[in-house]
Amino acid sequence: MACLLAQTAQRLQLANMRNSPHKKSRLSSYFGNHLRVSLASLGRLYAQPVATFMTAAVIAIALALPVDLYIALDNVGKLSSGWDGSTQISLFLHTSVKKQEAVKLQQRLERHKFIKKIELIDKEKGLEQFKEVSGFGDALKYLDDNPLPIVMVVHPKISVNQADRTTSLVKELGNNKLVELAQLDVQWVKRLYTFLEIANRSIWVISSMLAIAVLLIIGNTIRLDIQSRREEIEVSKLIGASDAFIRRPFLYTGLWYGIIGGVLAWIITLASLILMENPIHKLALLYHSEFRLSGLGFENTLLLILISCALGLIGSWLAVSRHLKDIEPS
Amino acid sequence: MIYFDNVCKRYPGGHDALNRVNLRLPKGQMAFLTGHSGAGKSTLLKLIAMIERPTRGQIFLDGVNLNNIGNRKIPYIRRNIGIIFQNHHLLYDRPVFDNVAMPLIIQGYRRQEIHKRVRAALNQVGLLSKEKSAPITLSGGEQQRVGIARAIVHKPLLLLADEPTGNLDPELSEEIMQLFARFNQVGTTVLIASHDLDLIKQMGSPMISLQDGQVANNGLPFSADSAKAPTR
Repeated sequence: MACLLAQTAQRLQLANMRNSPHKKSRLSSYFGNHLRVSLASLGRLYAQPVATFMTAAVIAIALALPVDLYIALDNVGKLSSGWDGSTQISLFLHTSVKKQEAVKLQQRLERHKFIKKIELIDKEKGLEQFKEVSGFGDALKYLDDNPLPIVMVVHPKISVNQADRTTSLVKELGNNKLVELAQLDVQWVKRLYTFLEIANRSIWVISSMLAIAVLLIIGNTIRLDIQSRREEIEVSKLIGASDAFIRRPFLYTGLWYGIIGGVLAWIITLASLILMENPIHKLALLYHSEFRLSGLGFENTLLLILISCALGLIGSWLAVSRHLKDIEPS
Repeated sequence: MIYFDNVCKRYPGGHDALNRVNLRLPKGQMAFLTGHSGAGKSTLLKLIAMIERPTRGQIFLDGVNLNNIGNRKIPYIRRNIGIIFQNHHLLYDRPVFDNVAMPLIIQGYRRQEIHKRVRAALNQVGLLSKEKSAPITLSGGEQQRVGIARAIVHKPLLLLADEPTGNLDPELSEEIMQLFARFNQVGTTVLIASHDLDLIKQMGSPMISLQDGQVANNGLPFSADSAKAPTR
């Protein structure tokens, strides 16, 4: 009985020893550990500034390239959105069409959901304009009849990258039986939009490829890091470190690479914007335009750094899950 | 504390390192494991520390069947064990103090507690003055003692040592063995693999000798054959 009591007492003592006052509560231990490990990982990177900078710079360049392309495209888009109004469709009606019929058609078409407004140029107005522009003024006096058709100038309600819609509108209007010819005046705007769409797509393709490149760079860097800390990992496993504990410093290293790379990418973007701004402004002045290069903005900057962090974390996770298993104490 | 029930270990390639080993080491016991190199001493320790898994048979550690422990739970088993190696496995990129503190950091101890326990452990192995030294600047015997401090700092139930005196001269070896005896006196179960028969005889603890993967001579007070069930 005494023996049993002594045993119980010893056990309680043991249990006490393994519990609180000495150990931190689970939560505070968890956060404390994360803070300590993240700072230690940063310290390791700081201890090798050149190597860290080179890796981060590669990541930064890979990220800055698609960002710069995005900014360029965004600016071209903004610039060209001002030309939207100049996308006009001219409808040449049959010469037999009377003015009343034309006005009716105008009223009907103005209710079309893709049409902003319609200018009607009747025969007299057309002749006047023709006289002014052509310089045949006097000669035209000798005509018995006005040979010009009624023309309707349609201003569509269409914005950037809707080339398809413009085309289908032209087709639709051309099919009207009063209309002899529907002609899109600014064919090249359509081409520009198509080009912008292609550029947009290619940015996605390039971004995806470069994102994979960043993953590989970070993965490889972390792999080397794991290799160089093999001994430490083995010992840690032997003295009872959980996989999460061993994984943590490497994940934080990846995260730090992501953060540093993201910030560097932002700096590179900023620098290239500053370099481009002056010549572009000069060019804009030559075209009497108030156009100004617009930058990344706060939200997109945040997004850039978030993406960079995510890539860092995923890259290191890939490396860690592949290579930590290989290291077991023997 | 440790119970081996018909344990076999065959390595890939067909080499039988252990063959039908039965063993029972009671709690608080200190024992030596001897045998020629290749007799299976290291394998036996590795099975207890779950570095290897048995091919057949069962191993109980403090009443827990290790066959039922998944790989993810291994760390928690190892936290009850202090392991000492012949080549001490110290990390040379950090001072003595940080080396010894590792098990406590892993288990989430408080800062003050870590300081207190690391100092106590270093004091026990007589290296309190070296806490800030780099391990590389220490002698072989001192490095081994740092390894021991790291193994006992978290007060494990069981201490395993694989040839802890392999690289040391006789005087230092005896000192190390005395250290183990002292931990044993405060209740820690100790199992030491060694081929230094003179030293073992001098220590007076029971001896288990292995030969070709089998127990050739079991000097333990209770033999495994008489014990039907594992006891704690």
